[in-house]
Formats: sequence, structure tokens, C-alpha cells
Amino acid sequence: MAYKILVMVKQVPDTANISGEVMKPDGTVNRGKLPAIFNPEDKVALELALQTKEKYGGTVEAITMGPPKASELLRECLYMGADKTYLISDRKFAGADTLATSYVLAAAIEKLGPYDLIFAGRQAIDGDTAQVGPQTAEKIHLPQITYTEKIIDLKKNKITVQRKIDNGHEILEGRLPLLLTVIKEAAIPRPFKAKRVMAFKNAHSLMELEKIAESNSLLYVDDLKEEYMAQNLFIPTITKDDLDVEQARCGLAGSPTKVHKVESVILGSSDHQKFDPTKEGLGRLIDKLMEDHIFG
Amino acid sequence: MANFFTENKDLLFQFDRLHLEEIVSILEDDYREAETYNYAPKDYQDALDNYRKVLEIVGDLSANIIAPTAAEVDQEGAHFVDGKVEFASGTKLALEKLSQAELMGFTLPRKYGGLNFPTTIYIMAIEMVSRAEASLMNIFGLQDIAETIRKFGNDEQKDEYLPQFSSGKATGAMALTEPDAGSDLQAVKLQAYQDEEGQWHLRGVKRFITNGSGDILLVLARSEAGTKDGRGLSMFVCYGDDSVKVRRIENKLGIHGSPTCELQFNDTPAELIGKRKFGLIKYVMDLMNGARIGVSAQALGIAQAAYEEALEYAKAREQFGRAIYNIPAVANILIEMRVKLESDRSLMYATSYWVDLRDRLEEKVQRLKEAGKDYSETAARQKHASRIAGLLTPMTKYILTEDANKIAYDSLQIHGGTGYMKEFRIERLVRDARITNIYEGTSQLQIVAAIGGVINDILADHFEEKAKKIYKGNLQPLADHLIHIREIFLDSLKFVTDKNDKYFQDVAAKDLVELYSYLYIGYLLLEEAEIDSHKVFIANRYILNALARARKNADEIKNETFSDLLHADEILL
Repeated sequence: MAYKILVMVKQVPDTANISGEVMKPDGTVNRGKLPAIFNPEDKVALELALQTKEKYGGTVEAITMGPPKASELLRECLYMGADKTYLISDRKFAGADTLATSYVLAAAIEKLGPYDLIFAGRQAIDGDTAQVGPQTAEKIHLPQITYTEKIIDLKKNKITVQRKIDNGHEILEGRLPLLLTVIKEAAIPRPFKAKRVMAFKNAHSLMELEKIAESNSLLYVDDLKEEYMAQNLFIPTITKDDLDVEQARCGLAGSPTKVHKVESVILGSSDHQKFDPTKEGLGRLIDKLMEDHIFG
Repeated sequence: MANFFTENKDLLFQFDRLHLEEIVSILEDDYREAETYNYAPKDYQDALDNYRKVLEIVGDLSANIIAPTAAEVDQEGAHFVDGKVEFASGTKLALEKLSQAELMGFTLPRKYGGLNFPTTIYIMAIEMVSRAEASLMNIFGLQDIAETIRKFGNDEQKDEYLPQFSSGKATGAMALTEPDAGSDLQAVKLQAYQDEEGQWHLRGVKRFITNGSGDILLVLARSEAGTKDGRGLSMFVCYGDDSVKVRRIENKLGIHGSPTCELQFNDTPAELIGKRKFGLIKYVMDLMNGARIGVSAQALGIAQAAYEEALEYAKAREQFGRAIYNIPAVANILIEMRVKLESDRSLMYATSYWVDLRDRLEEKVQRLKEAGKDYSETAARQKHASRIAGLLTPMTKYILTEDANKIAYDSLQIHGGTGYMKEFRIERLVRDARITNIYEGTSQLQIVAAIGGVINDILADHFEEKAKKIYKGNLQPLADHLIHIREIFLDSLKFVTDKNDKYFQDVAAKDLVELYSYLYIGYLLLEEAEIDSHKVFIANRYILNALARARKNADEIKNETFSDLLHADEILL
């Protein structure tokens, strides 16, 4: 059977590679200067989705909610092998916490679906909440398996999944349709495919086409859209008007999460000790660490 | 994320300087390929953008997937189990990722699943892969085998073999060397015979075959029984099936990831490639020329890796209360390394340009011929490009592979005793570099291949034109030095030709080829210095060094340093 698969992806600041250039004098990170990357576990989720398609048949679509810049991420999904991608983007969705995000995502998925399987990364490296996947599943009334590390089998509408738990793993069966969140150990994401990069490098979302049209008075966005669609280079773009959602539940207004306080923690030590790289030196180092209860 | 393309300023500099307009236009059949393939470029800018994006993929894979496995691949190596060759696990992973990224058919036409890229771009990819893990180049960089089938095979052969290469399903090997036929391939004995049905079979032994356990083998064999020289040899293609027995794999100093096999062909069914008797004189020469620029790029990649190790170590290592980077003698070694590295890269991509132009013009001549159009002008240009590529290819291999060894040597020196330890990457790089100036023709054979063009001074017009140019302010003295080196060269050349002594010329060839290389590279660097201030430093150091070396080269020739060769038996106790 051909499975209809959707992957939820997010573009995030590369918080794992913070260099001196992005640190502000007060020790906080200038997020604007961090390169935007494919959230690592979402990339693994896409890889697992593509492997599932290759093994069991079907199609893989990817969806993201974000600013127009997030179109980059969707192109990367196409480079890896996604059949189709969607951008959800609207100023009215800005400032959303996990509740408002999953509300909009759920509405979009209900409009685009139904899907047999929905994949998401366990969590994004910017917020580390691990909530959007589970909340979305709840809102569209799908069962969910979190912390997926392996898909063992998929037969008709029954999936067998190995999920990670503390000190081991458990094997679960689930009935499709179903949502999975995926941990980073589940797969090594494939590299971009050279031919797909060349074929889809010009794929654009509606906002990107609007920008092109703005910079050239001879171009009209509707014509551009048609032209891009004809070449299979249009990234369908979903705005608030396309969805049956209440403004009060979207964006900042729909986000009860408030940041209470931001604290800048500067890690540093006041003094240091040097140990010689000899057997005796290492012995003294270990003694010292045990003395300070770092080793025990 | 680390990336061996986007983070290598000098490689980007060379990429931005590429002028492949004509080459790409021929390759893309005036961009008509775009009508058939959605990933074919619509114009030159589009093509360049494609190349950049694909090189970014190679740079990403090289830095993040391949390089981290290098130490393990070196330790584990390709191994021989129950008569079968197994790649190291890092090699397997790398090949899997390169195949997934659709990078195994770089230069092959699209209809065979390839990317249809120019050789120059492929060479850039080889450089990066080699920097990450040198021995992987021996598999990734063997795409020339497929190229040989594309150039000289028939349509059935192309349809059969080429898609297997581009999809990464098959890897190849070129089986040329035998126990008694190394540098002298005319001595090849492996027998090719036809049975009653006309089917060719191969019987005999090949040795030192890189990736000999590959799936598709190009084999040089004696098809004309009773002959003794190169004219009795033909080229064959066959599958590495059960009739091809890997007898052993070699235990080598370096490039451990690449299995070097001894093969025994037991009446292996094979197909003739191209014409009988053209095996050595045409096809192997072509194959070798491709492999030579591939190995040059491999050496360049190793050199880059060795330089990075030295720089990083010198900045981190403190002695006498300061980083050794700040010790003049150490900084000087680093500068020497950097100048070699960048001048080598300039030469690499100038050479690959001529190789590309030669091959593309040949395709154009073919197309014009088929269309019944006049091709005389294109043919003349092709011949010119062919002569230049014929000189630059061995010259590049000679210089880049020798320099890679020197750079690796110096890098280890900067590491001091630490660098001699297995824990440090430089130890591997020194070993890996050592093969580059041996295989695909030793340095000595590269001199032999290059000397003809040097003696005929085939770049005379080129140098004359460059000498006439006025260079910006502080570069003019350097240009004057090059004019002086040119005089030294002509003087030395005259001395050698006047002497009319074959024996003497053979030994003096090295000096003459080196002299010629200073001129060619010197002018390349001078041009780069005109557009980039960093390159002024490179050109300055290179040309001043070249002047000193040119005098030494000339002295060696004119002082008849080599005259004692006649007394070799008395000297060599």
C-alpha cells in the first residue's frame, strides 16, 4: 500500500555552534547572527520518513511554519527527496508558543490530509520543549509514539516501533494513522542529492515570488506563480486566510507561555591548576577531582 | 557546519576565477540539454551556480562524514577475508553517502545517470575528498574508468556499464600493471584470446591493482599472440566475477582504505573496448592522463590537510613561553608550505582547464564532422589544447605530488616528536602522500612525458605575450624576474641541445622541466596578484624562490654536474 507521509520540520538558529562572533558583550547570544539550520532531529525524522517510503512505498511531504526565510528549509527537504513541501507563513502567526504553533499546524494538516503517518523530530534545539509533535497529535486526535529510534515493521495499517526509554527501549505497536516523534540516533540523514539540488534550487514559496515581483515592475506575482507551478517549482504557501482558525488562538495572542526572566549564566572559573601530563600528574588530577566530589 | 568547499578561501578563489564558458557550452550542447533534464543548466551562470551547489555538498560530506572516519579507515584498512576484499567500514559509509548524493558519475553524460560536469569541477571534488581521506580518492577518483568506456566503448557497452558507475552500484579498477610490467607497460603478458564463437577471454596475472576487487575491470591484455611490444596490446572490459580471483592484497605504507590487489584471470569472459592493438598506445595513454590529474588533485588534498594540521598545531603548541607559530623559523616553514599549496592549486586548475578544453573541442570536432560542417579551425585549436594539456598534465603531477610530500614532511617537522606518533593525523598524511609521486607514473616518468614539450618550447608564444604586459606597481619587479628566468631557461636549453647528448639530456630534463614550470606558475601567480592582495605575497615568495632555484638548475646543467654519471660504477660501491 502507498502510505501518505507528512514530516513536520523547523528551521532553527544553530545553537550548537556558537562562535565568538555571535556572543554579545553581556554574554548573551545574538540569535540574528546565528546561521539558520535544519533542526537536527527533524532532519532525522525526514530521513526516517524517506526510508519508510523507500521500503514500504508512498509519498513524503514536508511542512513547516515560519517566516518566509523558512522556504530555504523546504528546499532542503526537496533536495533530500521530499515529494512536496508546504510553507505555513503569516505575520498573524508570529510569536507563537507551542500551543499556538500546534493549533495552526493541526488546522493545516486537517486541511491537507488525511495522512497515514506523520513524523516529527523529538524537539527543536532552540526551545527544547518536545511539545509541538505531541500537541499536534492530540489536536488532530491521532495516537502518538514518541522517542522513536527504529521502525521495525509496517504492515497495512499496523506499525511496530522501537522507542527509547530510560535504560533501554520498548517495542510498541500502533494503528495508523499515527504520529511519531523521532530521536537523533534513529538514522543518519542522507546528503542532498546533486540532481535534486540542481532541479529544485529555484523552488520558491509565495512570499519569495512576491519579493521577486516587487523588485521588478514587469512581473506579476500571479503570473510568476503559474509559471513556477508549471515547472513544479512552486512551494504551496498557507496563510491564515487559507485556514479555519481563530485569530485569538494564533501567534502571540494565542500563546499563554510568557518568558518570566532571562538569565545570563557565564560559565567560567576563577582559578586554574596545571597538572603535568605524566602518570604522577594524572594521579594528582584524579585525586583532586575526587576531593572536589567531581569524581566519586 | 564545517565545509571543505565554502571554508577553503583559496579553493573558492580558484572557483571564482574559472572561465569555463566555452567548455560548458560544448558540454551542454549550447544548453539544449536543459530541454530534456530539469537539472541541466539554462545558461553559463546557471551552470556555475549548479557547480557551486554540488561542490558544497562534496565539501559538506568531506568535512563531516568522510574526514572523521579517516583515522579508523587507516587503522582498519581494506581487508582480505575468505578470498574476498572488504572495505573498511568508514569507506563503506563514505561510498554509501557519495552514492546517495549522486556524486559517482561526475563527468558522465546525463543519459547514463551522470552529472555531465566538466573535469575541472570533478578535480575540485577529488581535491576535497582526498583532503578528508586520501585513500577514498582511489575509489571516488576512478571515475576515469567510466570515462574511458564512454570515450572508446560502443553503445551497448556504454548502456551496460555506465549507469552502474553513476548510481554507485559498481566501482571500477584499471588492471594494467603486472609483475614484470610496471612503468614499462609494453611488457604486458596477460593473454586475451577468442574462442570458437569469437568471445574474448582473459588469462593471466595482474599486480598492484588499485581496487582490483572492483565490479568492473578495464584490462590491458595481449590480444596478438607472439607480439612483444605495445602494438600487440588491446583494452578489454569485464566483470570482476568468480573467474577473477583476488590472490592477495598488499600490506602498504599508506592509503590503507584502498585495496591493492593481485588478480588472477581464469579465462574470464571479456569485451574488447575500441579497436584491437590500440590498447596501450591510445586508450591507456588517455586513461593514464586522466588518472594523473586525479592523483595530482589527491596530492593537493593531502597537502591541504597537512598544512591545516601544521598551522593549527603551531598556533596551539607553546614552547619557550610562546606559541611556536611566533618563532620565525617555524613561521617561515609555514609560509613556504602555504606558498607551495596555493601555487600548486593555481597550476592544478590551469591544467584542468586545458584538459577540459582539449576534450570538449574533440567532442565539438566530432559533432561538426557528423553534421558535415567545416571543422578545420576547431581541429586546429583542439590540437593546440592537446599539446598544452600534454605538457601540463605530467608537469602538474610531478610538481604537485613532490610538493605534497614536502608539505607533509614539513608539517610533521612542525609537530616535532608528537607528529611521529600514530595519535596525530600528520603521521598518516605523510604515509598517504608518499604514493602520489609513484603511482600513475613516477615523478621520473612525468619528467620524461613533459620534456618533449619543454624542449620544443611549446609555450614560447604564451610567455612572450606575458612578458610584454605591464604589471601593476610592485609586481613589475617580479615580472622582470620571470623575464630573467626565461633567459636562464633558454640559455640552459641551448646548452643541452647544443650538446646533443641523449644521455645528458635525460638527466638534465628534470632541471629543464622545473625551469619551465617556474615560468608557467610564475605568470599564473602574477595574474592572480593583480586582482587579490593576498596573492601578492604568494607571487612574491614564489618568484623569488624560483629565481634562486632557476640559477641552481642552470648551474647543474652548465657545470655538467652529471658528467660523473659515466663513472657510476666507480662511485656506486
